[in-house]
Amino acid sequence: MSLSFVPSLDVRGLAYAYPDGHQALFGVDLTVERGERVALLGPNGAGKTTLVLHLNGILTGGAGTVTVAGLPVAKANLAEIRRKVGIVFQDPDDQLFMPTVREDVAFGPAAAGLRGPELEAAVHKALARVGMQEYADRPPHHLSFGQRRRVAVATVLVMEPEILVLDEPSSNLDPASRRELADILRSLDVTVLMVTHDLPYALELCPRAVVLSEGVIAADGPTGDLLADDELMREHRLELPFGFDPTRKPATR
Amino acid sequence: MGAGHTHKLYRHGHSPVHRMPPHCKLVAVLGFVVVVVSTPREAVWAFAAYAALLGAVAAVARVSPWFVLRRLVIEVPFVAFAFLMPFVVPGEQTRLLGVEVSVPGLWGAWNVLAKGTLGVTASVLLAATTELRALLLGLQRLKLPPLLVQIASFMIRYGDVITDEMRRMSVARRSRGFEARGVRHWGVLAKSAGALFIRSYERGERVHLAMVSRGYTGSMPVLDEVTASRAQWCSAAALPVTALLILLLGWTP
Amino acid sequence: MHVPDGFINAPVSAAAGLAAAGAVAAGLRGARRELGGSALAGGHGAERTAPLAGLVAAFVFAVQMLNFPVAAGTSGHLLGGALAAILVGPWTGVLCIAVVLLMQGVLFADGGLTALGVNITVMGVVTVLVAYGIFRGLVKVLPRSRRSVTVASFVASLASVPAAAAAFTLLYAVGGTTDVPVTKVLTAMVGVHVLIGIGEALITTATVGAVIAVRPDLVYGARGLTAPLKLRVGGRLVDAVPVAPAPAAVPAARSTRTVWITGLATALVLAGVVSFYASASPDGLEKVAADQGIDKKAEEHAAADSPLADYGVSGLTDARLSGGLAGTIGVGGTVLVGTGVFWAVRRRDGARRGEGSGEGVRAGARDAVGEGARDGVRDGARDEEAV
Repeated sequence: MSLSFVPSLDVRGLAYAYPDGHQALFGVDLTVERGERVALLGPNGAGKTTLVLHLNGILTGGAGTVTVAGLPVAKANLAEIRRKVGIVFQDPDDQLFMPTVREDVAFGPAAAGLRGPELEAAVHKALARVGMQEYADRPPHHLSFGQRRRVAVATVLVMEPEILVLDEPSSNLDPASRRELADILRSLDVTVLMVTHDLPYALELCPRAVVLSEGVIAADGPTGDLLADDELMREHRLELPFGFDPTRKPATR
Repeated sequence: MGAGHTHKLYRHGHSPVHRMPPHCKLVAVLGFVVVVVSTPREAVWAFAAYAALLGAVAAVARVSPWFVLRRLVIEVPFVAFAFLMPFVVPGEQTRLLGVEVSVPGLWGAWNVLAKGTLGVTASVLLAATTELRALLLGLQRLKLPPLLVQIASFMIRYGDVITDEMRRMSVARRSRGFEARGVRHWGVLAKSAGALFIRSYERGERVHLAMVSRGYTGSMPVLDEVTASRAQWCSAAALPVTALLILLLGWTP
Repeated sequence: MHVPDGFINAPVSAAAGLAAAGAVAAGLRGARRELGGSALAGGHGAERTAPLAGLVAAFVFAVQMLNFPVAAGTSGHLLGGALAAILVGPWTGVLCIAVVLLMQGVLFADGGLTALGVNITVMGVVTVLVAYGIFRGLVKVLPRSRRSVTVASFVASLASVPAAAAAFTLLYAVGGTTDVPVTKVLTAMVGVHVLIGIGEALITTATVGAVIAVRPDLVYGARGLTAPLKLRVGGRLVDAVPVAPAPAAVPAARSTRTVWITGLATALVLAGVVSFYASASPDGLEKVAADQGIDKKAEEHAAADSPLADYGVSGLTDARLSGGLAGTIGVGGTVLVGTGVFWAVRRRDGARRGEGSGEGVRAGARDAVGEGARDGVRDGARDEEAV
């Protein structure tokens, strides 16, 4: 199908200033092909969150364009865009706002009009993909942090998104939960854009990385190469953990 | 109160009362309490009959009387008020245990105590046999404005999260050697309250973003509907109808 | 502080319930405007209401558990009405307190179910409206500074507590189940609550101060106190086009006011009429009513030919039975009327909501390019049209 040659995400010349005048993006160009897993790296205040909020049209109106699978992000097709772009926010407590896991996962598809057995099936499938089926009727706050994050991933997977956007997926996770989440993310056949400070995690999961700094894409290349470039890393306030050698372990796909 | 949101009053069980649809229970309890409140206070034995009715419900629901009694503590401030009545209310005086008390005052105290206690008991039985989630569904089914039900469910979902944050702040204060002992320390506590408000409000904004990202446009999809059969309505009506019969039959000469 | 069942008689409880329902209905409308006005995402009113009001309600709920030690092992806690009103605006405040009280009643048996209306009216509506009215008035009169906000918060929250106590005493005078001497009770209640009010005022003021120091934009009552924005044009600072101030003092358009006034008037009439019949029951209300000069008004109403009156007096010979019956029927009738009013409000609400949410999305886009100001004005205009 010709559609598969259309990139999952195409950002062109995106610039944005907040209403208070603070300008966060100064012309971002970024293309993510279908099925790619890309890490979005950058220091605090680089504009990562601002960029993410443009991907599903929560922020609009600056200069430039965002296109998701060939569909421009615009008022007219916001509902479709929000179905195609699944954002997993940093704090799962913000994302899981319904009284039970099942209802939370069902929220998106139900808002899109799905009902009855189809809805049930979709919810079950999404929970199975993150290994949380047996927790369907539990309230989110009775789950561990790692479990909550997995449910948060399920709440967007259930929409069968074109691209999965994860904001700091590994933050606050213990090593075991971190590993489990990595396994889940690797098992998904979906385009992934992962915003993170966790450089080893980026190297482990994403063959390609881009560095966002001062509102523009400052570097774009294989994750291993970027992390090995000491000067680039220093310039953009990115630091590898002590004793970690990015050249030793190649990214897996 | 210190109850957080972990619905402390709920007693897990599978009794017929537990299984009854929540909106039937809400209507039944409200009807019962209205009858109780409308009963003239001189009908002492009617109150005894009401108490027996509630005892029967508690027995069917397998809620221990001890549990109900403990919850009556909530009434204490008004019990104190009731005990003052015989001494402050003007009117015909009588001697009770060697103390001058007023007759209308005694009646007033009895009235408040009897009705208040029956009301609290009925509410406790409702709360003890109905899960949080079911209560919200029941309110929704009773045509409370949907927005109000949404607000209530957000309050329930995040009450716990916010209380936890408050507890962590308190631990942090005490870890640094601060112990609130008197009015002098109110400033520090108020700062915590202010910080808590900011956190709550900002979380509300983040939750809103997460909702919009998943297709929310202002109304919640209705996922679960509770329904009640005629038989269930009839069994729920047993409580208020019996109470009403007691009220009516009581005075037929 | 939560009033249990049986403290206030059934008819007055029902009337208070109706007043509370009207206030909540008005709150649902007003909150949309208040919560949509923040700088970050102006115009999102409809869809922001549920999460934001829910979180504020959770905050009120939590902060009521924060113990403030007074002395020698005793401690008090915040009632929160004035705080909510100043921080998030009067309508959201009423709404949040009402939701907290509803949940406390249903989940914790805290406050009687039949007394829910009384509790919401006294602790939600009276507290919030008195606090916000005084706060707004003072902020307008005093110079535009943070110190004024502090003074206004203090006075407003101090006054709100005895005001609630007075409102409760008034309800008790009309619908109390025992005729305690009203003036004595009023003096005692107000006296005690002035003391409690001082505590409430100290805490509220400090809390508002703490919020203003960090996020002044979040304090609803103090919006418009921030310095005008500057733009850097060619190296020099020039004033930005001022953003339309949040409609603070009169957030309610006519539509809300109509609902509100209708609800209040109905409730008052019902309280007057029905409690007169209730006084046929041996609750000994006549004396209180006479003291308060309420009986005159009630008599006028009694002249009206009501089936309930006949029923209550002539149909049955036993005074107690007829009293009880009249009470039950009165409450039933009130609940029916209330439900009717609610239905009407809800249906209009629903229609408006659909329209509002669409606007929200568009407004978001416009706001992003800094046109929030016009949007605010447009929003207001639309509300006027909707009447």
